Amino acid sequence: MSKKQALRDRRGWKGFIIVFFAILLILSMLLSIRFGSVNIPLSDILATFTGGIQSDFQNIIWNIRVPRTFVAVLVGANLAVAGVLLQGIMKNPLADPYIIGVSSGAGLAGMIVLILYPHLPHLLTPVAFIGATIVAFTVYALAWEKGIAPTRIILAGVAISAFLGSGISALMVFYSDRVQGTIDFMVGGLSARSWPQVEIILPYSIIGIILAIIGIRKMNLLMLGDRTAKSLGARVEWIRFSMTAVATLLAASAVSVVGLLGFVGLIVPHTARLIVGNDYRVLLPASIFLGAAILTASDTVGRIVFAPIEIPVGVIMGALGAPFFLYLLRRKMI
Amino acid sequence: MTVLQATSISQSYSNKQVLKKIDLKLNEGRIYSIIGPNGSGKSTLLHALSRQVKPTKGDVYWKEKNLYQLSPKKVAQELALLAQVNDPMDLTVEQLVSYGRTPHKSLLQRLDEKDQEIIDEAIDLTKLNALRKRNVSNLSGGERQRAWIALCLAQQPKVFFLDEPTTYLDISHQLDVLEIVSRLKKTMDVTVVMVLHDLNHAASYSDEVIVVKEGRIYGQGTPKEIMNQKMFKEVFHVQSDIYEDERDGILRIVMKPLINFNDNQSFFKERRASV
Repeated sequence: MSKKQALRDRRGWKGFIIVFFAILLILSMLLSIRFGSVNIPLSDILATFTGGIQSDFQNIIWNIRVPRTFVAVLVGANLAVAGVLLQGIMKNPLADPYIIGVSSGAGLAGMIVLILYPHLPHLLTPVAFIGATIVAFTVYALAWEKGIAPTRIILAGVAISAFLGSGISALMVFYSDRVQGTIDFMVGGLSARSWPQVEIILPYSIIGIILAIIGIRKMNLLMLGDRTAKSLGARVEWIRFSMTAVATLLAASAVSVVGLLGFVGLIVPHTARLIVGNDYRVLLPASIFLGAAILTASDTVGRIVFAPIEIPVGVIMGALGAPFFLYLLRRKMI
Repeated sequence: MTVLQATSISQSYSNKQVLKKIDLKLNEGRIYSIIGPNGSGKSTLLHALSRQVKPTKGDVYWKEKNLYQLSPKKVAQELALLAQVNDPMDLTVEQLVSYGRTPHKSLLQRLDEKDQEIIDEAIDLTKLNALRKRNVSNLSGGERQRAWIALCLAQQPKVFFLDEPTTYLDISHQLDVLEIVSRLKKTMDVTVVMVLHDLNHAASYSDEVIVVKEGRIYGQGTPKEIMNQKMFKEVFHVQSDIYEDERDGILRIVMKPLINFNDNQSFFKERRASV
């Protein structure tokens, strides 16, 4: 037995990794509150939280930095959980919220609001959410045959996404003068996200993550293959259906708030798998913390590297995520 | 005692009828082999009997209760299936085998000492003691198959279904698997139902053979009752010599194709010569 293997087998080591990811998350949250167009000294952050001394930065901290950080944390966690569930359900390493049509649904719905009704910006999130859910369920319906067949879902998802993608492109052609205002949504960004967005996404995060935790043992059974899972008494079709629904709600709420943010749902689960293995009892919490931490950190980076210009977090995720993904591929870790 | 009974079960997939009104009775504590040519429906029959795929028509009874009306968990406490194809797993042997206890546990229950004993026994029966901490994906094909068998044994099934358990293994590992299975009757009093490709294996390791041809039961009986030249010709389209080995009383079958390829060869030679 290799030493690496022995190390992996030790429960304590995996627990430590989860704690490590949690610490990483807290650190990135602190950095996210600390840095931006205005840098806030740590002492002022502490003062604001403890409520002792009045700080000049109190307003910025409470109304801008803290809610934005929360949105990043929740979106990161939601997308990571959605990705880790979908990869397990579809038995496909490329499955992520894009595959089930969530992103293209939110994309087209969001573009319709932004381009055709730019005077109604508050409609963006609810409409995008509805679009994401409708499209996801259309994909299921098309792929349904005595239960959800993974290959059919992936193919139906790709086809529907291409179809809706052409709708998005058509809107951009007809209203080329209004495209400017949609960029942040199309690549996924967190600028100007505040408490209202936290309120929208929080209930879905809580419910979705609790349901995902309840499904942990079932997801582990599914990993053994459909036949074996069935032989062990699992209701395979029901697990697929219910866990896909959970993933949809998590992804749809995230995407409707930040726009078409890619890669989080893909790289975070893979990275977590690489480090902690496939056991969902460890993989799920690891993905939650890692997803939240990575998104929060990326957003912070996007705010400071080219300040005062703010780079949308989606751009950072793509720029860092894609090379990292290729690195995993070359090392044959996927 | 009859443990499993199928009454007139049919199975169709998009217009193609794979099983045609099959009646079948399986008795407790016996080893059954299902044999038949490719596409005859033997795996489909195994799946219908093991509650994997509900037949389109007809019923399967588990001790006089309708198998498909029992809860999946209840059934999983009684029946186990070794699937035909098992993906490599990033788990240790011990972890994989411990999943066999799932049907006996509620959602929040943890494994206790009694479960650990059962897991140890399953690992012991499959001779995996030395490998229990090893990762399943690093094992050889035969060892891996034994690990999956141990998973099924930890389930403590009354009936153990095996879908072509020897297909991808080399010969020594094939025999390991069959020896383990044939001992189960003595050690755990399990009824075994397996789909086998090798007819000599079926002859030496089964109490009864179920012959399937084009979705129907061609015959069922002990190897000596059912394995004869007529059956091999009609079902498998081969000529056969069958004799009883006087050392162990087991049938040995030697097979030859029905088509005489030597004739064809000369036919081609003549053609070549004429061209």
